[in-house]
Amino acid sequence: MSAVITATGLTKRFKSSLALDGASFQIGAGRIVGLIGPNGAGKTTALKAILGLTSFDGELNVLGFDPRKHRDKLMEQVCFIADVAVLPRWLCVKDAVDFVNAVHPRFDRKKCEAFLARTKLQPKQKIKQMSKGMIVQLHLALVMAIDARLLILDEPTLGLDLLYRKQFYQSLLEDYFDENKTILVTTHQVEEIEHILTDLMFIRDGKIVLDSDMDAVGERFTEVLVNADKASTARALSPLDERQVFGKSIFLFDGVKRAELEALGEVRRPSIGDLFVATMKGTYA
Amino acid sequence: MKTFYWLVKREMWEHRGGFFWTPVIVGAVFLVLNLMAIIAGEFSGHGISMNGNDVSRMISDMDAGQLEAVGMGLDVAMYSSAVIMCIVLGFVVIFYCLGALYDDRRDKSILFWKSLPLSDTSTVLSKVATATIVAPIITVLAGVVTGIAMLLLYALVLSFHGVGVWHLLTLAHPFRVIANLIGSVPLYLLWALPTIGWLLLCSAWAKSKPVLWALLIPVAVGLVLGWFNILGSTGLSSSWYWTNIFGRAVLSAFPGGWLPTAARGMSFENGSHFPHQALGALDLSTSYRVLATPNLWIGVAAGAILIGASIWLRRWRDEA
Repeated sequence: MSAVITATGLTKRFKSSLALDGASFQIGAGRIVGLIGPNGAGKTTALKAILGLTSFDGELNVLGFDPRKHRDKLMEQVCFIADVAVLPRWLCVKDAVDFVNAVHPRFDRKKCEAFLARTKLQPKQKIKQMSKGMIVQLHLALVMAIDARLLILDEPTLGLDLLYRKQFYQSLLEDYFDENKTILVTTHQVEEIEHILTDLMFIRDGKIVLDSDMDAVGERFTEVLVNADKASTARALSPLDERQVFGKSIFLFDGVKRAELEALGEVRRPSIGDLFVATMKGTYA
Repeated sequence: MKTFYWLVKREMWEHRGGFFWTPVIVGAVFLVLNLMAIIAGEFSGHGISMNGNDVSRMISDMDAGQLEAVGMGLDVAMYSSAVIMCIVLGFVVIFYCLGALYDDRRDKSILFWKSLPLSDTSTVLSKVATATIVAPIITVLAGVVTGIAMLLLYALVLSFHGVGVWHLLTLAHPFRVIANLIGSVPLYLLWALPTIGWLLLCSAWAKSKPVLWALLIPVAVGLVLGWFNILGSTGLSSSWYWTNIFGRAVLSAFPGGWLPTAARGMSFENGSHFPHQALGALDLSTSYRVLATPNLWIGVAAGAILIGASIWLRRWRDEA
């Protein structure tokens, strides 16, 4: 596996707090990685460090570049969509395409126009006349027409309706992603990216607390529906989490043998959401 | 180079109103006002006749000196529209620079620009070039067109009164006026640099209200200096500060600010009364004398440092 991003001891200190606290991780090519964490855990700071938008301590290698020193070169290979409102309001569709075409060596104009043809966007339409969903469509069309090796998405579907959200990830999977590309995405809507992720990272208080591929997550974590009479046995196995549903208890276990758990009740794979809640317990306390 | 061209083009897309429509509208309003004045004059019966005398006879009675005065009057008329546009340009450039590195941070579209392979150096320099080269060229062109229209307008009106248009036009020096205006653009670039640098720095640095910082800091320094002067405790004179620091950091965005410096120590022939002196100072042979003054070059150096600092801030300013 050739690493696209290698971070070692990534640290970022703001005046009064530590946004990144020695985070270390590695992301390989051809992966779709979800970076999930509570508000203020350091997600956006980590992405900014990768994009060379902020200074930091520690080692960081993105596609062979140090983002602090070679940002301009790096950005030929990296694309970036942040929270929706980032396209300038005065720009129109045609000018946006012309501009990116002129300044980006890896932009394919034909591809972009083909993507745009699938939308209702008009060439003369200005960003300020568009809905949030349309702005994201334009941004996505621009980005997907760039043959980049790393795509970074920071809350890309925030504030979009369900149709646009579904369409967003579907387009990415069908028309963009392949084994030479890597996608790193942060979102709070975990359930909608759950089925497309290949890797999962949890970040908490500036530290990476879980870093695993999805298969390993399925092997390591197990959820068991336990009847009241066996609940105390289950508790003895020191579960990560316990919650009650319809008189039954749902336990979440980390690294307990499946055979052992099957004796307690119905076993299933936990959702990322449940795993997240269990892992992040006490974050805001 | 191609990237730089598109960066400047982007600035024009964003600021078409300020850089293009403003001088066009100012020119149009200027012409309309003049036209209204002429029509009002014609209707009130005075016409362009002065003191009841017929203008055409006045001109034919004039001696060489007086004819020169008429020509100069026409030149002044041609300059006058450009002067107004230059004042407007000063304001447009000031507000453009204050927003140039601030507006996209405020609306977060900076994240889009920064997602493209553009260096912060070329981004900032494209804004400098827009303010110091593109904007003044557009203004000068609009000024020239308006000036020529003015000239033709007056010539046409006078021709209704029996004065030959061509005779009048030969009295004026439209080509010299045009050359002086266009030739001043490179001077503007050099002269405005410290102001552009200061405003861009404030624009790149301010968390909010760059206008306030850009004005507040130099004004506050000036007032404090003035206060110490009242106490009689500084060697630095207050008026020196207002001219050489405040003036160059904030007011040099107005074209022609170099004229007093350039014309200093010059004595004008012909008794140096107003139109002579003013027109003489506008002449490139005079205005380019400013290139020999340390004032200009110290300003250029300060401007370069300030622009360098703006580039650094643009690169590393962390948006919270």
